[in-house]
Amino acid sequence: MKTTWIIAKRDMGSFFASPVFYVIATVFLFLHSFTFLNLLDSFSGQSFQAERFLGAGMSLSLNEMVVEPILFNMAVTLLLMIPVITMRSFSEEKKNKTLVLLLSSPIHLREIILGKFLACTGIVALMMLLSSYSTGFLIWLGEPEINPLLTGYLGVFLMSACFVSLGLLASSLTENQIIAAVISFGLALFLWIVGWGVQEGSGVVGEVVTYVSVLAHLVPMVRGVFDTGDLMYFASFIFFVLFLTYRVLESQRWR
Amino acid sequence: MIEIENLSKDYGPRRAIDNLSFQIDKGEVVGFLGPNGAGKSTTMNILACILPASSGTVRICGHDVFENSLEVRRRIGYLPENPPLYQDMTVVDYLKFTALLRQVPSRGVSAAVDRVLEACSLEDVSGRIIGRLSKGFQQRVGLAQAMIHNPDILILDEPTVGLDPIQIIEIRKLIQKLAEAHTIILSSHILPEITQICRRVIILNEGKIAAVDSLEGLTASLRKGERLFLKVRNSAENIVDQIQNVHGIISAQEEGPGEFRIDAELDSNPQDALANLCLQQSWGIVELRRTALSLEDIFLKLTLEEKVPEA
Ligand SMILES: Nc1ncnc2c1ncn2[C@@H]1O[C@H](COP(=O)(O)OP(=O)(O)O)[C@@H](O)[C@H]1O
Ligand SMILES: [Mg+2]
Repeated sequence: MKTTWIIAKRDMGSFFASPVFYVIATVFLFLHSFTFLNLLDSFSGQSFQAERFLGAGMSLSLNEMVVEPILFNMAVTLLLMIPVITMRSFSEEKKNKTLVLLLSSPIHLREIILGKFLACTGIVALMMLLSSYSTGFLIWLGEPEINPLLTGYLGVFLMSACFVSLGLLASSLTENQIIAAVISFGLALFLWIVGWGVQEGSGVVGEVVTYVSVLAHLVPMVRGVFDTGDLMYFASFIFFVLFLTYRVLESQRWR
Repeated sequence: MIEIENLSKDYGPRRAIDNLSFQIDKGEVVGFLGPNGAGKSTTMNILACILPASSGTVRICGHDVFENSLEVRRRIGYLPENPPLYQDMTVVDYLKFTALLRQVPSRGVSAAVDRVLEACSLEDVSGRIIGRLSKGFQQRVGLAQAMIHNPDILILDEPTVGLDPIQIIEIRKLIQKLAEAHTIILSSHILPEITQICRRVIILNEGKIAAVDSLEGLTASLRKGERLFLKVRNSAENIVDQIQNVHGIISAQEEGPGEFRIDAELDSNPQDALANLCLQQSWGIVELRRTALSLEDIFLKLTLEEKVPEA
Protein backbone atom coordinates (compact mmCIF):
# COMPACT_ATOMS: atom_id res chain seq x y z
CA MET A 1 0.00 0.00 0.00
CA LYS A 2 2.88 2.30 0.84
CA THR A 3 4.45 1.63 -2.54
CA THR A 4 1.18 2.50 -4.27
CA TRP A 5 1.32 5.88 -2.61
CA ILE A 6 4.99 6.38 -3.52
CA ILE A 7 4.22 5.75 -7.19
CA ALA A 8 1.11 7.94 -7.11
CA LYS A 9 3.11 10.77 -5.55
CA ARG A 10 5.80 10.60 -8.21
CA ASP A 11 3.27 10.56 -11.03
CA MET A 12 1.43 13.56 -9.62
CA GLY A 13 4.74 15.34 -9.10
CA SER A 14 5.69 14.86 -12.72
CA PHE A 15 2.22 16.09 -13.68
CA PHE A 16 2.64 19.30 -11.75
CA ALA A 17 6.11 19.72 -13.22
CA SER A 18 4.75 19.63 -16.78
CA PRO A 19 2.66 22.31 -18.47
CA VAL A 20 0.04 19.72 -19.49
CA PHE A 21 -1.69 19.84 -16.13
CA TYR A 22 -1.92 23.63 -16.06
CA VAL A 23 -3.30 23.79 -19.57
CA ILE A 24 -5.90 21.14 -18.87
CA ALA A 25 -6.93 22.68 -15.56
CA THR A 26 -7.19 26.16 -17.07
CA VAL A 27 -9.30 25.06 -20.01
CA PHE A 28 -11.47 22.97 -17.71
CA LEU A 29 -12.07 25.85 -15.33
CA PHE A 30 -12.72 28.27 -18.16
CA LEU A 31 -15.38 26.03 -19.72
CA HIS A 32 -16.90 25.38 -16.32
CA SER A 33 -17.05 29.06 -15.40
CA PHE A 34 -18.50 29.96 -18.76
CA THR A 35 -21.37 27.48 -18.51
CA PHE A 36 -21.90 28.36 -14.87
CA LEU A 37 -22.28 32.08 -15.57
CA ASN A 38 -24.54 31.41 -18.53
CA LEU A 39 -26.79 29.12 -16.55
CA LEU A 40 -26.87 31.50 -13.62
CA ASP A 41 -27.80 34.36 -15.90
CA SER A 42 -30.65 32.52 -17.59
CA PHE A 43 -31.82 31.20 -14.24
CA SER A 44 -32.03 34.62 -12.65
CA GLY A 45 -33.81 35.97 -15.72
CA GLN A 46 -36.37 33.20 -15.72
CA SER A 47 -36.96 33.15 -11.99
CA PHE A 48 -37.48 36.91 -12.05
CA GLN A 49 -40.17 36.44 -14.71
CA ALA A 50 -41.65 33.48 -12.89
CA GLU A 51 -42.01 35.52 -9.73
CA ARG A 52 -43.65 38.35 -11.62
CA PHE A 53 -46.22 36.21 -13.38
CA LEU A 54 -46.79 33.33 -11.01
CA GLY A 55 -46.45 35.01 -7.65
CA ALA A 56 -43.75 35.14 -5.06
CA GLY A 57 -44.17 31.61 -3.76
CA MET A 58 -43.36 30.01 -7.08
CA SER A 59 -39.58 29.85 -7.29
CA LEU A 60 -37.85 27.73 -9.92
CA SER A 61 -35.63 24.88 -8.85
CA LEU A 62 -32.00 25.92 -8.63
CA ASN A 63 -31.00 22.26 -8.71
CA GLU A 64 -32.86 21.46 -11.89
CA MET A 65 -31.90 24.59 -13.78
CA VAL A 66 -28.32 25.14 -12.69
CA VAL A 67 -26.78 22.31 -10.70
CA GLU A 68 -27.82 19.43 -12.96
CA PRO A 69 -26.80 21.02 -16.26
CA ILE A 70 -23.53 22.14 -14.74
CA LEU A 71 -22.74 18.62 -13.59
CA PHE A 72 -23.56 17.15 -17.00
CA ASN A 73 -21.40 19.74 -18.68
CA MET A 74 -18.60 18.89 -16.32
CA ALA A 75 -19.02 15.20 -17.11
CA VAL A 76 -18.72 15.85 -20.84
CA THR A 77 -15.67 18.07 -20.39
CA LEU A 78 -14.04 15.37 -18.29
CA LEU A 79 -14.89 12.78 -20.91
CA LEU A 80 -12.79 14.84 -23.31
CA MET A 81 -9.96 15.61 -20.93
CA ILE A 82 -9.35 12.43 -18.97
CA PRO A 83 -7.76 10.64 -21.95
CA VAL A 84 -5.14 13.40 -21.99
CA ILE A 85 -4.53 12.95 -18.28
CA THR A 86 -4.18 9.17 -18.46
CA MET A 87 -2.40 8.78 -21.79
CA ARG A 88 1.11 9.05 -20.41
CA SER A 89 0.68 6.62 -17.51
CA PHE A 90 2.21 3.54 -19.11
CA SER A 91 2.96 4.74 -22.66
CA GLU A 92 5.54 7.26 -21.53
CA GLU A 93 7.17 4.81 -19.12
CA LYS A 94 7.45 2.27 -21.90
CA LYS A 95 8.79 4.73 -24.39
CA ASN A 96 11.40 6.09 -21.98
CA LYS A 97 12.17 2.56 -20.73
CA THR A 98 11.47 3.60 -17.15
CA LEU A 99 8.88 0.85 -16.70
CA VAL A 100 11.86 -1.48 -16.25
CA LEU A 101 12.72 0.38 -13.05
CA LEU A 102 9.29 -0.37 -11.61
CA LEU A 103 9.28 -3.97 -12.84
CA SER A 104 12.72 -4.76 -11.44
CA SER A 105 11.85 -3.34 -8.03
CA PRO A 106 10.50 -5.66 -5.34
CA ILE A 107 6.90 -4.51 -5.75
CA HIS A 108 3.73 -6.05 -7.15
CA LEU A 109 2.36 -5.10 -10.54
CA ARG A 110 -0.98 -4.32 -8.91
CA GLU A 111 0.70 -1.71 -6.72
CA ILE A 112 2.05 -0.01 -9.85
CA ILE A 113 -1.38 0.02 -11.51
CA LEU A 114 -3.14 1.24 -8.38
CA GLY A 115 -0.53 3.95 -7.92
CA LYS A 116 -1.14 5.27 -11.41
CA PHE A 117 -4.91 5.01 -10.94
CA LEU A 118 -4.63 6.96 -7.73
CA ALA A 119 -2.50 9.66 -9.36
CA CYS A 120 -4.92 10.23 -12.25
CA THR A 121 -8.07 10.17 -10.12
CA GLY A 122 -6.27 12.54 -7.74
CA ILE A 123 -5.68 14.98 -10.58
CA VAL A 124 -9.35 14.76 -11.61
CA ALA A 125 -10.46 15.21 -8.00
CA LEU A 126 -8.25 18.29 -7.72
CA MET A 127 -9.80 19.78 -10.87
CA MET A 128 -13.31 19.10 -9.58
CA LEU A 129 -12.37 20.64 -6.25
CA LEU A 130 -11.11 23.79 -7.99
CA SER A 131 -14.33 24.04 -9.97
CA SER A 132 -16.51 23.65 -6.90
CA TYR A 133 -16.17 27.38 -6.20
CA SER A 134 -19.31 27.67 -8.35
CA THR A 135 -21.22 25.44 -5.97
CA GLY A 136 -19.98 27.52 -3.09
CA PHE A 137 -21.48 30.56 -4.80
CA LEU A 138 -24.82 28.81 -5.26
CA ILE A 139 -25.01 27.82 -1.61
CA TRP A 140 -24.07 31.34 -0.58
CA LEU A 141 -26.56 33.05 -2.90
CA GLY A 142 -29.44 30.63 -3.13
CA GLU A 143 -30.76 27.56 -1.47
CA PRO A 144 -29.95 24.51 -3.58
CA GLU A 145 -30.80 21.12 -2.13
CA ILE A 146 -27.59 19.72 -0.71
CA ASN A 147 -28.21 15.98 -1.19
CA PRO A 148 -28.51 15.97 -5.00
CA LEU A 149 -25.44 18.17 -5.06
CA LEU A 150 -23.43 15.64 -3.12
CA THR A 151 -24.66 12.57 -5.02
CA GLY A 152 -24.17 14.46 -8.27
CA TYR A 153 -20.56 15.32 -7.53
CA LEU A 154 -19.96 11.77 -6.34
CA GLY A 155 -21.52 10.41 -9.55
CA VAL A 156 -19.36 12.59 -11.79
CA PHE A 157 -16.28 11.61 -9.80
CA LEU A 158 -17.05 7.89 -10.03
CA MET A 159 -17.70 8.23 -13.74
CA SER A 160 -14.31 9.95 -14.04
CA ALA A 161 -12.69 7.07 -12.19
CA CYS A 162 -14.21 4.69 -14.75
CA PHE A 163 -12.77 6.78 -17.57
CA VAL A 164 -9.40 6.86 -15.81
CA SER A 165 -9.38 3.07 -15.65
CA LEU A 166 -10.19 2.93 -19.38
CA GLY A 167 -7.38 5.42 -19.99
CA LEU A 168 -4.91 3.24 -18.08
CA LEU A 169 -5.98 0.22 -20.10
CA ALA A 170 -5.45 2.11 -23.36
CA SER A 171 -2.11 3.41 -22.15
CA SER A 172 -0.94 -0.08 -21.26
CA LEU A 173 -1.55 -1.16 -24.84
CA THR A 174 0.82 1.19 -26.63
CA GLU A 175 4.01 3.23 -26.40
CA ASN A 176 2.36 6.03 -28.31
CA GLN A 177 0.58 8.59 -26.16
CA ILE A 178 -1.61 9.89 -28.98
CA ILE A 179 -2.84 6.41 -29.77
CA ALA A 180 -3.49 5.81 -26.07
CA ALA A 181 -5.52 9.02 -25.84
CA VAL A 182 -7.57 8.24 -28.94
CA ILE A 183 -8.34 4.70 -27.80
CA SER A 184 -9.36 5.77 -24.32
CA PHE A 185 -11.47 8.60 -25.70
CA GLY A 186 -13.16 6.16 -28.06
CA LEU A 187 -13.86 3.69 -25.25
CA ALA A 188 -15.19 6.39 -22.93
CA LEU A 189 -17.40 7.92 -25.57
CA PHE A 190 -18.72 4.51 -26.53
CA LEU A 191 -19.58 3.85 -22.91
CA TRP A 192 -21.42 7.17 -22.87
CA ILE A 193 -23.50 6.66 -26.01
CA VAL A 194 -24.01 2.91 -25.96
CA GLY A 195 -27.43 3.19 -24.30
CA TRP A 196 -28.82 5.79 -26.71
CA GLY A 197 -30.34 3.42 -29.22
CA VAL A 198 -32.12 1.24 -26.69
CA GLN A 199 -35.91 1.47 -26.71
CA GLU A 200 -38.19 0.61 -23.83
CA GLY A 201 -38.89 -3.09 -23.56
CA SER A 202 -36.32 -4.29 -26.03
CA GLY A 203 -35.63 -7.43 -24.03
CA VAL A 204 -32.60 -8.79 -22.23
CA VAL A 205 -30.07 -7.36 -24.67
CA GLY A 206 -31.53 -3.89 -24.19
CA GLU A 207 -31.36 -4.24 -20.44
CA VAL A 208 -27.77 -5.37 -20.53
CA VAL A 209 -26.77 -2.53 -22.83
CA THR A 210 -28.54 -0.03 -20.62
CA TYR A 211 -26.82 -1.46 -17.58
CA VAL A 212 -23.41 -1.15 -19.19
CA SER A 213 -24.00 2.45 -20.27
CA VAL A 214 -22.43 4.88 -17.85
CA LEU A 215 -25.22 7.42 -18.38
CA ALA A 216 -27.80 5.06 -16.92
CA HIS A 217 -25.95 5.25 -13.62
CA LEU A 218 -24.77 8.83 -13.77
CA VAL A 219 -28.18 10.42 -14.49
CA PRO A 220 -29.92 9.16 -11.33
CA MET A 221 -27.02 10.27 -9.16
CA VAL A 222 -27.00 13.75 -10.66
CA ARG A 223 -30.77 13.92 -10.07
CA GLY A 224 -30.15 13.07 -6.43
CA VAL A 225 -31.07 9.38 -6.38
CA PHE A 226 -28.59 7.45 -4.32
CA ASP A 227 -28.64 3.74 -5.09
CA THR A 228 -26.06 1.19 -3.98
CA GLY A 229 -26.66 -0.61 -7.28
CA ASP A 230 -25.06 2.33 -9.11
CA LEU A 231 -22.13 2.30 -6.71
CA MET A 232 -21.72 -1.40 -7.40
CA TYR A 233 -21.71 -0.68 -11.12
CA PHE A 234 -18.94 1.89 -10.85
CA ALA A 235 -16.87 -0.18 -8.45
CA SER A 236 -17.08 -3.38 -10.46
CA PHE A 237 -16.45 -1.50 -13.71
CA ILE A 238 -13.25 0.04 -12.35
CA PHE A 239 -12.13 -3.25 -10.85
CA PHE A 240 -12.75 -5.13 -14.09
CA VAL A 241 -10.92 -2.65 -16.32
CA LEU A 242 -7.95 -2.39 -13.95
CA PHE A 243 -7.84 -6.18 -13.91
CA LEU A 244 -7.72 -6.15 -17.73
CA THR A 245 -4.87 -3.64 -17.55
CA TYR A 246 -3.07 -6.00 -15.19
CA ARG A 247 -3.48 -8.86 -17.63
CA VAL A 248 -2.28 -6.76 -20.55
CA LEU A 249 0.90 -5.68 -18.75
CA GLU A 250 1.49 -9.19 -17.48
CA SER A 251 1.10 -10.70 -20.94
CA GLN A 252 3.46 -8.16 -22.50
CA ARG A 253 6.23 -9.65 -20.40
CA TRP A 254 5.65 -12.98 -22.04
CA ARG A 255 6.25 -11.84 -25.55
CA MET B 1 24.88 -17.33 -5.63
CA ILE B 2 23.51 -17.48 -9.17
CA GLU B 3 22.70 -20.84 -10.72
CA ILE B 4 21.43 -21.02 -14.28
CA GLU B 5 20.33 -24.31 -15.76
CA ASN B 6 19.27 -25.01 -19.35
CA LEU B 7 17.96 -21.50 -19.79
CA SER B 8 16.26 -20.73 -23.11
CA LYS B 9 14.22 -17.82 -24.37
CA ASP B 10 12.17 -17.65 -27.55
CA TYR B 11 10.80 -14.46 -29.04
CA GLY B 12 8.03 -15.99 -31.11
CA PRO B 13 9.78 -18.41 -33.45
CA ARG B 14 13.15 -16.79 -32.80
CA ARG B 15 15.41 -18.37 -30.23
CA ALA B 16 17.33 -15.58 -28.51
CA ILE B 17 19.19 -17.71 -25.99
CA ASP B 18 19.61 -21.44 -26.19
CA ASN B 19 20.21 -23.77 -23.30
CA LEU B 20 22.52 -21.68 -21.17
CA SER B 21 23.94 -23.23 -18.01
CA PHE B 22 26.47 -21.65 -15.70
CA GLN B 23 27.05 -20.64 -12.12
CA ILE B 24 28.37 -17.53 -10.50
CA ASP B 25 29.77 -17.54 -6.98
CA LYS B 26 29.52 -14.89 -4.32
CA GLY B 27 31.95 -12.04 -4.83
CA GLU B 28 32.75 -12.92 -8.42
CA VAL B 29 32.95 -10.32 -11.14
CA VAL B 30 31.81 -12.00 -14.31
CA GLY B 31 31.84 -10.56 -17.79
CA PHE B 32 29.25 -11.37 -20.41
CA LEU B 33 31.00 -10.93 -23.68
CA GLY B 34 29.37 -11.24 -27.05
CA PRO B 35 28.62 -9.37 -30.26
CA ASN B 36 25.37 -7.45 -30.66
CA GLY B 37 22.37 -9.75 -30.73
CA ALA B 38 24.17 -12.51 -28.84
CA GLY B 39 21.53 -12.56 -26.14
CA LYS B 40 23.29 -10.69 -23.36
CA SER B 41 20.44 -8.30 -22.59
CA THR B 42 17.90 -11.09 -22.83
CA THR B 43 19.77 -13.15 -20.25
CA MET B 44 20.15 -10.17 -17.96
CA ASN B 45 16.48 -9.29 -18.25
CA ILE B 46 15.63 -12.81 -17.16
CA LEU B 47 18.00 -12.56 -14.19
CA ALA B 48 16.40 -9.26 -13.22
CA CYS B 49 12.90 -10.78 -13.37
CA ILE B 50 11.82 -8.43 -16.16
CA LEU B 51 11.32 -11.22 -18.66
CA PRO B 52 10.19 -14.78 -18.01
CA ALA B 53 12.28 -17.56 -19.50
CA SER B 54 10.78 -19.96 -22.04
CA SER B 55 12.39 -22.90 -20.30
CA GLY B 56 15.07 -23.64 -17.76
CA THR B 57 15.61 -22.41 -14.24
CA VAL B 58 17.44 -19.52 -12.67
CA ARG B 59 18.09 -19.44 -8.96
CA ILE B 60 19.54 -16.42 -7.27
CA CYS B 61 20.54 -16.75 -3.62
CA GLY B 62 18.52 -19.95 -3.61
CA HIS B 63 15.33 -18.26 -4.86
CA ASP B 64 13.78 -19.09 -8.21
CA VAL B 65 13.42 -15.94 -10.35
CA PHE B 66 9.98 -17.00 -11.48
CA GLU B 67 8.43 -18.50 -8.35
CA ASN B 68 9.95 -16.16 -5.85
CA SER B 69 10.73 -13.10 -7.89
CA LEU B 70 10.07 -10.57 -5.11
CA GLU B 71 12.83 -12.10 -2.99
CA VAL B 72 15.16 -12.08 -5.97
CA ARG B 73 14.37 -8.48 -6.84
CA ARG B 74 15.22 -7.42 -3.27
CA ARG B 75 18.72 -8.78 -3.75
CA ILE B 76 19.64 -7.40 -7.14
CA GLY B 77 20.41 -4.01 -8.52
CA TYR B 78 19.83 -3.69 -12.24
CA LEU B 79 21.15 -1.20 -14.72
CA PRO B 80 19.43 -1.98 -18.04
CA GLU B 81 20.90 -1.15 -21.42
CA ASN B 82 18.85 2.06 -21.45
CA PRO B 83 19.12 3.56 -17.97
CA PRO B 84 15.56 3.93 -16.61
CA LEU B 85 15.74 7.64 -15.79
CA TYR B 86 12.83 10.02 -15.35
CA GLN B 87 14.11 12.95 -17.34
CA ASP B 88 12.03 15.53 -15.49
CA MET B 89 13.21 14.70 -11.96
CA THR B 90 16.22 16.00 -10.09
CA VAL B 91 18.95 13.49 -9.28
CA VAL B 92 18.14 13.54 -5.56
CA ASP B 93 14.38 13.17 -6.01
CA TYR B 94 14.92 10.32 -8.44
CA LEU B 95 17.28 8.48 -6.10
CA LYS B 96 14.87 8.97 -3.18
CA PHE B 97 12.09 7.53 -5.28
CA THR B 98 14.15 4.50 -6.29
CA ALA B 99 15.21 3.97 -2.67
CA LEU B 100 11.57 3.84 -1.60
CA LEU B 101 10.70 1.53 -4.49
CA ARG B 102 13.47 -0.81 -3.37
CA GLN B 103 11.97 -0.88 0.12
CA VAL B 104 14.71 1.07 1.84
CA PRO B 105 13.06 2.04 5.17
CA SER B 106 12.00 5.72 5.21
CA ARG B 107 14.50 6.54 7.95
CA GLY B 108 17.38 5.17 5.91
CA VAL B 109 16.51 6.87 2.63
CA SER B 110 18.57 10.03 2.89
CA ALA B 111 21.59 8.10 4.17
CA ALA B 112 21.29 5.70 1.23
CA VAL B 113 21.02 8.60 -1.21
CA ASP B 114 24.08 10.30 0.28
CA ARG B 115 26.02 7.05 0.09
CA VAL B 116 25.39 6.48 -3.63
CA LEU B 117 25.84 10.17 -4.48
CA GLU B 118 29.31 9.92 -2.98
CA ALA B 119 30.12 6.52 -4.48
CA CYS B 120 29.19 7.70 -7.97
CA SER B 121 30.67 11.21 -7.54
CA LEU B 122 27.31 12.82 -8.14
CA GLU B 123 27.33 15.29 -5.24
CA ASP B 124 27.87 18.29 -7.48
CA VAL B 125 24.90 17.58 -9.73
CA SER B 126 22.54 16.25 -7.05
CA GLY B 127 20.08 19.12 -7.50
CA ARG B 128 20.10 19.14 -11.30
CA ILE B 129 17.35 17.86 -13.59
CA ILE B 130 18.39 14.47 -14.97
CA GLY B 131 17.37 15.31 -18.55
CA ARG B 132 19.91 18.15 -18.63
CA LEU B 133 22.88 16.04 -17.53
CA SER B 134 25.52 14.69 -19.89
CA LYS B 135 25.33 11.07 -20.97
CA GLY B 136 28.18 10.16 -18.63
CA PHE B 137 26.45 11.64 -15.61
CA GLN B 138 23.17 10.00 -16.60
CA GLN B 139 24.93 6.67 -16.72
CA ARG B 140 26.27 7.27 -13.24
CA VAL B 141 22.78 8.11 -12.00
CA GLY B 142 21.72 4.79 -13.51
CA LEU B 143 24.47 3.04 -11.56
CA ALA B 144 23.55 4.91 -8.39
CA GLN B 145 19.97 3.74 -8.83
CA ALA B 146 21.10 0.11 -9.14
CA MET B 147 23.06 0.19 -5.89
CA ILE B 148 20.76 2.33 -3.76
CA HIS B 149 19.47 -0.59 -1.69
CA ASN B 150 22.96 -2.05 -1.33
CA PRO B 151 22.08 -5.26 -3.16
CA ASP B 152 24.21 -8.38 -3.06
CA ILE B 153 24.23 -8.64 -6.83
CA LEU B 154 24.68 -5.94 -9.45
CA ILE B 155 23.59 -6.63 -13.03
CA LEU B 156 25.02 -4.05 -15.40
CA ASP B 157 24.08 -4.20 -19.07
CA GLU B 158 26.68 -2.45 -21.23
CA PRO B 159 27.32 0.29 -18.68
CA THR B 160 29.81 2.12 -20.89
CA VAL B 161 28.00 2.06 -24.20
CA GLY B 162 27.63 5.46 -25.83
CA LEU B 163 30.10 7.20 -23.53
CA ASP B 164 33.20 9.04 -24.56
CA PRO B 165 36.59 7.51 -23.66
CA ILE B 166 37.14 9.61 -20.55
CA GLN B 167 33.69 8.83 -19.23
CA ILE B 168 34.32 5.14 -19.96
CA ILE B 169 37.42 5.17 -17.81
CA GLU B 170 35.54 6.85 -14.96
CA ILE B 171 32.67 4.37 -15.06
CA ARG B 172 35.13 1.52 -15.21
CA LYS B 173 36.96 2.77 -12.12
CA LEU B 174 33.63 3.01 -10.37
CA ILE B 175 32.75 -0.57 -11.24
CA GLN B 176 36.15 -1.76 -10.07
CA LYS B 177 35.47 -0.07 -6.75
CA LEU B 178 32.06 -1.70 -6.52
CA ALA B 179 33.58 -5.09 -7.29
CA GLU B 180 35.21 -5.10 -3.88
CA ALA B 181 31.88 -5.53 -2.12
CA HIS B 182 29.42 -6.94 -4.66
CA THR B 183 28.87 -9.84 -6.98
CA ILE B 184 28.76 -8.23 -10.41
CA ILE B 185 27.63 -9.40 -13.81
CA LEU B 186 28.66 -7.03 -16.51
CA SER B 187 27.97 -7.25 -20.21
CA SER B 188 29.92 -5.77 -23.04
CA HIS B 189 30.73 -6.24 -26.67
CA ILE B 190 34.14 -4.71 -26.15
CA LEU B 191 36.90 -7.17 -25.32
CA PRO B 192 39.39 -4.92 -23.52
CA GLU B 193 36.70 -3.59 -21.27
CA ILE B 194 35.93 -7.02 -19.94
CA THR B 195 39.59 -7.92 -19.59
CA GLN B 196 40.13 -4.94 -17.33
CA ILE B 197 37.31 -5.54 -14.91
CA CYS B 198 36.37 -9.20 -14.89
CA ARG B 199 38.21 -12.22 -13.63
CA ARG B 200 35.95 -14.67 -15.44
CA VAL B 201 34.35 -14.32 -18.84
CA ILE B 202 31.31 -15.98 -20.35
CA ILE B 203 31.32 -15.64 -24.09
CA LEU B 204 27.95 -15.70 -25.76
CA ASN B 205 27.36 -16.04 -29.45
CA GLU B 206 24.03 -16.38 -31.19
CA GLY B 207 22.38 -17.35 -27.94
CA LYS B 208 24.84 -20.07 -27.01
CA ILE B 209 27.74 -20.17 -24.63
CA ALA B 210 30.89 -20.28 -26.74
CA ALA B 211 33.26 -20.42 -23.80
CA VAL B 212 33.42 -19.98 -20.05
CA ASP B 213 36.90 -19.35 -18.87
CA SER B 214 39.29 -17.20 -16.97
CA LEU B 215 41.06 -14.60 -19.02
CA GLU B 216 44.34 -16.50 -19.12
CA GLY B 217 42.55 -19.63 -20.25
CA LEU B 218 40.77 -17.74 -22.99
CA THR B 219 43.83 -16.19 -24.51
CA ALA B 220 45.55 -19.57 -24.42
CA SER B 221 42.75 -21.40 -26.18
CA LEU B 222 42.16 -18.60 -28.60
CA ARG B 223 44.99 -19.22 -31.04
CA LYS B 224 44.84 -22.95 -31.34
CA GLY B 225 43.30 -23.93 -34.62
CA GLU B 226 40.17 -24.44 -36.62
CA ARG B 227 37.86 -27.27 -37.39
CA LEU B 228 36.68 -28.61 -40.75
CA PHE B 229 33.96 -31.00 -41.80
CA LEU B 230 34.46 -33.31 -44.77
CA LYS B 231 31.95 -35.62 -46.36
CA VAL B 232 32.81 -38.00 -49.19
CA ARG B 233 30.89 -40.56 -51.23
CA ASN B 234 33.41 -43.39 -51.50
CA SER B 235 35.05 -44.00 -48.18
CA ALA B 236 38.40 -45.85 -48.40
CA GLU B 237 40.11 -47.96 -45.75
CA ASN B 238 42.95 -45.75 -44.63
CA ILE B 239 41.29 -42.47 -45.41
CA VAL B 240 41.86 -41.05 -41.92
CA ASP B 241 45.60 -41.68 -42.11
CA GLN B 242 45.81 -40.08 -45.52
CA ILE B 243 43.97 -37.01 -44.35
CA GLN B 244 46.23 -36.66 -41.35
CA ASN B 245 49.23 -36.63 -43.65
CA VAL B 246 48.05 -33.47 -45.34
CA HIS B 247 50.15 -30.51 -44.38
CA GLY B 248 48.69 -28.49 -41.51
CA ILE B 249 46.19 -31.05 -40.33
CA ILE B 250 46.56 -32.10 -36.73
CA SER B 251 43.98 -34.86 -36.46
CA ALA B 252 41.01 -36.40 -38.23
CA GLN B 253 38.15 -38.46 -36.85
CA GLU B 254 35.44 -40.44 -38.59
CA GLU B 255 32.08 -39.21 -37.33
CA GLY B 256 29.79 -41.27 -39.56
CA PRO B 257 29.99 -43.17 -42.83
CA GLY B 258 32.11 -40.97 -45.06
CA GLU B 259 31.99 -38.06 -42.59
CA PHE B 260 35.09 -36.66 -40.94
CA ARG B 261 35.89 -34.06 -38.35
CA ILE B 262 39.22 -32.48 -39.00
CA ASP B 263 41.27 -30.25 -36.71
CA ALA B 264 43.81 -28.12 -38.48
CA GLU B 265 46.48 -25.70 -37.45
CA LEU B 266 45.55 -22.09 -37.48
CA ASP B 267 46.04 -20.26 -40.79
CA SER B 268 47.28 -23.45 -42.50
CA ASN B 269 44.29 -23.40 -44.89
CA PRO B 270 44.41 -27.13 -45.73
CA GLN B 271 41.23 -26.98 -47.83
CA ASP B 272 43.04 -26.91 -51.19
CA ALA B 273 45.32 -29.80 -50.29
CA LEU B 274 42.38 -31.77 -48.93
CA ALA B 275 40.34 -31.25 -52.07
CA ASN B 276 43.29 -32.30 -54.20
CA LEU B 277 43.68 -35.46 -52.18
CA CYS B 278 39.99 -36.28 -52.59
CA LEU B 279 40.21 -35.78 -56.36
CA GLN B 280 43.35 -37.90 -56.70
CA GLN B 281 41.84 -40.74 -54.73
CA SER B 282 38.38 -40.31 -56.37
CA TRP B 283 36.65 -40.24 -53.01
CA GLY B 284 34.06 -37.85 -54.40
CA ILE B 285 33.65 -34.71 -52.27
CA VAL B 286 30.12 -34.12 -51.09
CA GLU B 287 30.90 -31.38 -48.60
CA LEU B 288 33.89 -29.53 -47.25
CA ARG B 289 33.36 -26.67 -44.81
CA ARG B 290 34.47 -25.06 -41.62
CA THR B 291 32.23 -26.10 -38.76
CA ALA B 292 30.84 -24.05 -35.89
CA LEU B 293 32.26 -20.64 -35.33
CA SER B 294 35.58 -20.97 -33.65
CA LEU B 295 36.27 -18.79 -30.70
CA GLU B 296 38.38 -16.65 -32.93
CA ASP B 297 35.54 -15.90 -35.30
CA ILE B 298 33.52 -14.76 -32.36
CA PHE B 299 36.31 -12.56 -31.21
CA LEU B 300 36.55 -11.06 -34.64
CA LYS B 301 32.96 -9.94 -34.26
CA LEU B 302 33.80 -8.26 -30.98
CA THR B 303 35.31 -4.89 -30.81
CA LEU B 304 38.95 -5.58 -30.21
CA GLU B 305 40.10 -2.05 -30.51
CA GLU B 306 39.46 0.57 -27.98
CA LYS B 307 39.60 4.27 -28.46
CA VAL B 308 42.27 5.75 -26.29
CA PRO B 309 41.60 9.24 -25.03
CA GLU B 310 44.09 11.83 -26.08
CA ALA B 311 46.45 12.54 -23.24
N1 LIG C 1 11.64 -7.91 -27.67
C1 LIG C 1 12.19 -8.67 -28.62
N2 LIG C 1 11.42 -9.24 -29.58
C2 LIG C 1 11.96 -10.03 -30.53
N3 LIG C 1 13.26 -10.30 -30.64
C3 LIG C 1 14.09 -9.78 -29.72
C4 LIG C 1 13.60 -8.94 -28.66
N4 LIG C 1 14.64 -8.55 -27.91
C5 LIG C 1 15.74 -9.14 -28.46
N5 LIG C 1 15.41 -9.87 -29.54
C6 LIG C 1 16.34 -10.66 -30.36
O1 LIG C 1 17.01 -11.56 -29.52
C7 LIG C 1 18.38 -11.60 -29.83
C8 LIG C 1 19.20 -11.28 -28.60
O2 LIG C 1 19.06 -9.92 -28.31
P1 LIG C 1 19.77 -9.22 -27.07
O3 LIG C 1 19.54 -10.05 -25.87
O4 LIG C 1 19.28 -7.81 -27.00
O5 LIG C 1 21.29 -9.27 -27.50
P2 LIG C 1 22.53 -8.41 -26.97
O6 LIG C 1 22.11 -7.70 -25.73
O7 LIG C 1 23.59 -9.41 -26.73
O8 LIG C 1 22.89 -7.46 -28.05
C9 LIG C 1 18.60 -10.63 -30.97
O9 LIG C 1 18.70 -11.37 -32.15
C10 LIG C 1 17.39 -9.76 -30.98
O10 LIG C 1 17.05 -9.42 -32.30
MG1 LIG D 1 22.11 -5.76 -25.37
